Amino acid sequence: MHNFFYTRANSIEEAIDGIRVDSAAKYVAGGTNLIDLLKYNIERADVLVDVNHVEVFPDAEQMADGCLRLSAFMTNADTAYHPLVEKKYPLLSEAILAGASAQIRNMATNGGNLLQRTRCYYFYDPAMPCNKREPGSGCPALNGYNRMMAILGTSSECIAVFPSDMCVALAALGAVVEVEGPSGQRHIPFSEFHRLPGRTPHLDNNLEAGEIITAICLPPEGFSRNYAYLKLRDRNSYAFALVSVALALEMDGECIREARIALGGVAHKPWRVPDAEDFLQGREATPGNFAAAADLILQGAQAFEHNGFKIELAKKAIVRAGKMALHPETHLPGAQPPSFENL
Amino acid sequence: METINPEIRLSAPEHIAPSTVTFTVNRIQTSVQVLPWVSLLDALRDALDLTGVKKGCDHGQCGACTVLCDGKRILSCLTLAVMKSGSEITTIEGVAESDQLHPLQQAFIDHDAFQCGYCTPGQICSAIGMMQEGKARTRAEVKELMSGNLCRCGANTNIIDAIMAVKDGGTNA
Ligand SMILES: Cc1cc2nc3c(=O)[nH]c(=O)nc-3n(C[C@H](O)[C@H](O)[C@H](O)COP(=O)(O)OP(=O)(O)OC[C@H]3O[C@@H](n4cnc5c(N)ncnc54)[C@H](O)[C@@H]3O)c2cc1C
Ligand code: FES
Ligand code: FES
Repeated sequence: MHNFFYTRANSIEEAIDGIRVDSAAKYVAGGTNLIDLLKYNIERADVLVDVNHVEVFPDAEQMADGCLRLSAFMTNADTAYHPLVEKKYPLLSEAILAGASAQIRNMATNGGNLLQRTRCYYFYDPAMPCNKREPGSGCPALNGYNRMMAILGTSSECIAVFPSDMCVALAALGAVVEVEGPSGQRHIPFSEFHRLPGRTPHLDNNLEAGEIITAICLPPEGFSRNYAYLKLRDRNSYAFALVSVALALEMDGECIREARIALGGVAHKPWRVPDAEDFLQGREATPGNFAAAADLILQGAQAFEHNGFKIELAKKAIVRAGKMALHPETHLPGAQPPSFENL
Repeated sequence: METINPEIRLSAPEHIAPSTVTFTVNRIQTSVQVLPWVSLLDALRDALDLTGVKKGCDHGQCGACTVLCDGKRILSCLTLAVMKSGSEITTIEGVAESDQLHPLQQAFIDHDAFQCGYCTPGQICSAIGMMQEGKARTRAEVKELMSGNLCRCGANTNIIDAIMAVKDGGTNA
């Protein structure tokens, strides 16, 4: 780890000022991603501006328009276990609790979760080229070991995956990210927050220099009756997703009034296909219909040498998540795949 | 208590001075001089000689460095000592009441819940944190909520047995 100065910000204004005076300054929240990357000399900073002491009250606020506003500085654990989140947005609770470990969730913040970097092995290896780390240096994952990599929305310059679980649920729920910066406040719809790699894989998201995430707003509809987060991985806990699915339904008898499906582990951002959600609208919640929606979602998926299995895995995961959404009592700790033998 | 690992001090350029971090460690108010990039883990082990806190991976992947910070279990390798100024830290050295082992320490002995013992301090601090969180009811939930602590010796089954024997007064064991 290289050397840097440390300073504490007690307010949003102080935090923004701390970054403004030094372009090589970075915010540090839980530190669970940034400090790891600093140790590997993958991220660099001259100054760390600690945002853990920024005064926010309350952590979670029920707004007049029905939205729930979650502080960016609240921990992932406090968010997942917050009574309002558990009750109105259990999909978000389950997705958060499927990620990392209890210790990491006690440290990690909501803002930091959105900004965590990819887990691509080549990004993590400074001895290798990586367009995300060093623009223009190349992408060894394209023809290398690419089992964890993306199958949707890739470019010839980067096939990395965005690893967050929480963000898959936030995408499905249609959250809005509140940010503040040198040029004021703005609200970014979740689908526009993260970017596809394209020709600029070094940019993960549309945050501008010096901007700080202040909150995440959840829309009034929480899909608390029929929802599921399913996470498939090499071991059943404390591992990143190969494929994950956040699925939420609003039912009208046997028929689906509204469906939301977001995939994790398959692209540079949580993946949603509005056409597939529209297809389900008004149809019965049957495995066949979920399978048809899955085909629409995976349309255009492109596999690389080692990750072809993800296409079929994602399709099956969507069908299973559909069943799980109809039977929330089947959900297991850590969003592990339940068996449906007894249904 | 105030000695600093000379290696940590040597790597400092002139213009970044160590700062004084004052926190409560195992119920005792303590001050250490550390440079900004020193992890809480290194400060506890090298500056305060609390070598019960273990460095496994140093990257958040194993849980060996778990300590309690203001009552919550955290990874001391992924936080900086300067970030914890003002906090209350408990390491494995501070969980017993004078000569009386913490019930989990006794349960780990009774259930043969370790072999080499390297993961044990982190396992016990993590289990204390887990019990305080109060979210684990069933054995399956305990397993899931303890998954952040790896045991290379594979003592996991006995570790969960030990925790179940203590949690809720052992009513679920
Ligand atoms: C071993 C391990 C396993 C993990 N497994 C999973 C997993 O399975 N699923 C999963 O989803 N995640 C997983 N994670 C990642 C973890 O969720 C993230 O590291 C965490 O959410 C990041 O939050 P933080 O507050 O610690 O961010 P930091 O590390 O403090 O910061 C991350 C980035 O965000 C910036 N930042 C932080 N807060 C703000 C803000 N408010 N405004 C603007 N910028 C900000 C920082 O400058 C930095 O660039 C894992 C991490 C580890 C170490
Ligand atoms: S040493 Fe901290 S998690 Fe491994
Ligand atoms: S007892 Fe050896 S690592 Fe757990």
